Amino acid sequence: MATALKDFKWVGTRAVRPDGVEKVTGRAKFGADFSLPGMLIGKVLRSPHAHAKIKSINIEAARTLNGVKAIITGSDFNELPSEWVPAGEVQINFRDLSRSIMARNKVLFEGHPVAAVAATSEIIAREALALIKVEYEILPHVIDVEAAMSPDAPILHEDLFTAGVEPSPKTASNIAKRVDYSSGNIDDGFKEADVIIEKHFTTQPVHQGYIEPHATVASASEDGQCSIWTSTQGQYVVRAYCSEVLQLDISSIRVTPSEIGGGFGGKTTVYLEPLALALSKKAFRPVKMVMSREEVFRSSGPTSGSSMKIKIGARSDGTITAADVELKYQAGAFPGSPIMPGCMCALAPYNISNAKVVGYDVVVNRPKVVAYRAPGAPISEYAVECVINEIATKLNIDPLDIREKNAAKEGTRALYGPQFGAIGYIETLLAARGSNHYKSKLHENQGRGVASGFWFNIGGESCATININTDGTAELVLGNPDIGGSRASLAMIAAEALGIDYNKVHPIISDTSGLGYNFLTGGSRTTFAGGLAVNEAAEDVVRQIRERASKIWDIPEEAVTWEDGFVRPAGTNAGNFEPLSLADVAGMAAKTGGPISGHAQLNAQGAGPGFGTHICDVEVDEETGRVTILRYTVVQDVGKAIHPSYVEGQMQGGASQGIGWALNEEYIYDEEGKLQNAGFLDYRIPVASDLPMIDTIIVEVPNPRHPYGVKGVGEVPIVPPMAAVAGAIADAIGVHLTDLPMSPPRILKELNKKQ
Amino acid sequence: MIYERPNTVSEAVEILSKSHEKKSILAGGTDLLVQMRSGYYRPSHIVDIKNIPEATQIRDDGDTFLVGAGVPGAQLSEHVELIKAWPGVIEAMDLIGSTQIQGRATLGGNLCNASPAADSVPAMIAADATCIIAGPNGYREEKIENVVTAPGVSSIANNEFVVSIRLAKFKTGRADAYLRFIPRTEMDIAVVGAAVCVLIDKKGICLNAKVSLGAVAPTQVVIETAPQILIGTRLDEETLDKLAKAARASCNPIDDKRGTIEYRTSVAGVLTKRAAKIAFDRAGGA
Repeated sequence: MATALKDFKWVGTRAVRPDGVEKVTGRAKFGADFSLPGMLIGKVLRSPHAHAKIKSINIEAARTLNGVKAIITGSDFNELPSEWVPAGEVQINFRDLSRSIMARNKVLFEGHPVAAVAATSEIIAREALALIKVEYEILPHVIDVEAAMSPDAPILHEDLFTAGVEPSPKTASNIAKRVDYSSGNIDDGFKEADVIIEKHFTTQPVHQGYIEPHATVASASEDGQCSIWTSTQGQYVVRAYCSEVLQLDISSIRVTPSEIGGGFGGKTTVYLEPLALALSKKAFRPVKMVMSREEVFRSSGPTSGSSMKIKIGARSDGTITAADVELKYQAGAFPGSPIMPGCMCALAPYNISNAKVVGYDVVVNRPKVVAYRAPGAPISEYAVECVINEIATKLNIDPLDIREKNAAKEGTRALYGPQFGAIGYIETLLAARGSNHYKSKLHENQGRGVASGFWFNIGGESCATININTDGTAELVLGNPDIGGSRASLAMIAAEALGIDYNKVHPIISDTSGLGYNFLTGGSRTTFAGGLAVNEAAEDVVRQIRERASKIWDIPEEAVTWEDGFVRPAGTNAGNFEPLSLADVAGMAAKTGGPISGHAQLNAQGAGPGFGTHICDVEVDEETGRVTILRYTVVQDVGKAIHPSYVEGQMQGGASQGIGWALNEEYIYDEEGKLQNAGFLDYRIPVASDLPMIDTIIVEVPNPRHPYGVKGVGEVPIVPPMAAVAGAIADAIGVHLTDLPMSPPRILKELNKKQ
Repeated sequence: MIYERPNTVSEAVEILSKSHEKKSILAGGTDLLVQMRSGYYRPSHIVDIKNIPEATQIRDDGDTFLVGAGVPGAQLSEHVELIKAWPGVIEAMDLIGSTQIQGRATLGGNLCNASPAADSVPAMIAADATCIIAGPNGYREEKIENVVTAPGVSSIANNEFVVSIRLAKFKTGRADAYLRFIPRTEMDIAVVGAAVCVLIDKKGICLNAKVSLGAVAPTQVVIETAPQILIGTRLDEETLDKLAKAARASCNPIDDKRGTIEYRTSVAGVLTKRAAKIAFDRAGGA
């Protein structure tokens, strides 16, 4: 099963990160740190209403304010055709994207942009916003997913007819799409079951909570050339989206990514970039736009909230005989929740003969959702994992045992189609069972929960260039913003493949003009797909080095070998020459054919699915309902940890975000559909003191389709926490909660009910 | 907007008496600057009191301490005598914000911001603290519980300002404690706050007590029946249950994003009981 990997010099070590000093000294430039001479400040006027018709917009008073250089509204944007285009893990509709970043005749959520202004100062820009007169006709709104599906719900889009149902509906509704997957026969499966549990769950939308708000500078010149500096997960995606929304040639836009203060999926789309560029195209001056935290909450996308029904049956030995899953995901104001991946992942960790999964994509008057770490998966898997924990309790089976009994393994066919290759799910269960944590004792009011999680991980388009300098050092040119340590990991792979010191490899993130297209940093793809590209670029370098050595020695290229960073004659009959290092050959580059530079451009296939299992201990204060996380362990199969510290950081970070999702994070709306907690004070992500040090156990079942065995890492760890925490609370208080967040008032209410 | 930084109390009072526009006193600024930045409030006149010695020092005034209204929390948390005398007031102040905020946030500002959820205010009330207020007619002294009159509204007149807070010196057998409930461990606003001060004799019998709650009504609440319930007891379980019941009865909270009426009322009883136990232990009870 596990392909043994040879020993590496750099891969698998905890090398010093190349971006470390810049960041700890404050030199690193994030989105808002960028400035240009003559730069204007752009600000957005946002809808105060959850749902309203725009009757008129009067910009005259703002336009004539001294210092105002440009104003844009919906009328400055072209209407685009409605069509769905694949964009990595999700799909995108450019008509909707365009309407989402600037409202046309209707506002669909509080915070929906209706106009933007560029002025010589922020104060003037704000004054100008106050002078723009918008006349609204307020419409009834809907925030909740179940309410949005009811026949008498206010309709967001008159032209939205549910896709995926036969016959196609004649009337518009808020249900954008129905999807389903099934295998076997669930009725037969439930007949075989000794125990059946059916539960209804709800989860709240949660925000990615990146610490750096969106920030961008755009500059358009009179000749049509445009430059954008921005905080993003994908400079090429920003370029593509701006080109679509503003109908510009791709080659006319150059996008440079800044250092990024977190994204977690939230920076895979555009909000400010097309607005800043449209303003700059009117003023022909650079325009800087930075969101406040309040704007981030009111108008950037969280992930979906949901309403779910899960029914699972099992025999008394724990074998799952049937599963019936219904998922309703909020998409926000435009279709496109991660309902597909939600459906596909719901039962993915298990081998279940009779299964049915139905999902609905539902629009509501909230900001359009956007990717958040394993989009869709944490929601459906939370509900399924909770039910599996409850079945384990009912059958008096250890929760790890029931998972092992039903676990997907190599050869298992997933409900959504493919057959799994070298996956390491069972290995995570075994490692969890063997951990000191799982063997430790608990005290009064304490409980332990476990849960597992699955995420596909993806490959996708990646390019890399390695320029070899005459002193043997290497410039590694990469095309993906570094969010989770990709510069370090990819430089380690380059050093390994080139046989040179890691400190001689200098990785940089290119703007869109320096490399071919790179899909964004997301889908846990960057070290996997980027690693393939870097490895291939290094092979290209090695080929050139051998070629140069053959010229230097005047022997055939086939007679030159490459090993451990040196070229050597293949044997004594090839010639008797001293080995040459990469630096030796590079030093003679000019005389042997010019600069040595390796390239690779590929669409990476063969990403390895990721599985993790988490163990969580909690203590519940029975008088206040407060939950304290006492101990938490993340076990995950990562294929191969290129840089174990970064891998552990991803595992800990995902768990932390999941714990916040489980315990406190929620959007609180008033009766008018206005957000009440648009800030970190009352939107409660965990602070450092809320969590214990999160333990990690790295499991390595190498991906046979990657030269270093890499699977994705970053998304799986946010999948299990909600069910692990719920399981721990259930173990402590004897009540299986089914609504997130499991905040103190909710738990106290359950405790009072119990008494 | 005009910013002024007077050097004396009388200069400050003079400025306050002249200007009739939207005035704000600036102590630490941890509320004011946030309100200004977010665009919710824009004063026309800011009077910074941090250059006035009386407002920036902790002074010994015989039987009492006078804590300047501009003294930051970080300084209070390092004042050995104050910590010994009023562990509850100091811990309440220390709960506000982060380490960075503690470098600026003040008792005086926390009081005058007049939030029902202010952490230090119930603690100061339980400690029987007073504040020294300067105005055109000289100084006056007011009990802390008379300062906040409604959310965001205080009894300090437009031409007055709080110069300092008066707290008694250490006394054997007397101790205080403050507890607040927040869903997180820090960086949050009290859902409920409970402050208890007790005075006990050598045998652990309660001689006097004062209990105040925060975030459960439009202003801080003094539990009027607390002395009756506690005096003469050793704060046994039954007495504490009675106190918890009285605490719940004195609540008049609202439902908002930070907590429900039901939850706040229930937790007010729990925290009052727990804070009373801590104060009793600190006083040498146990």
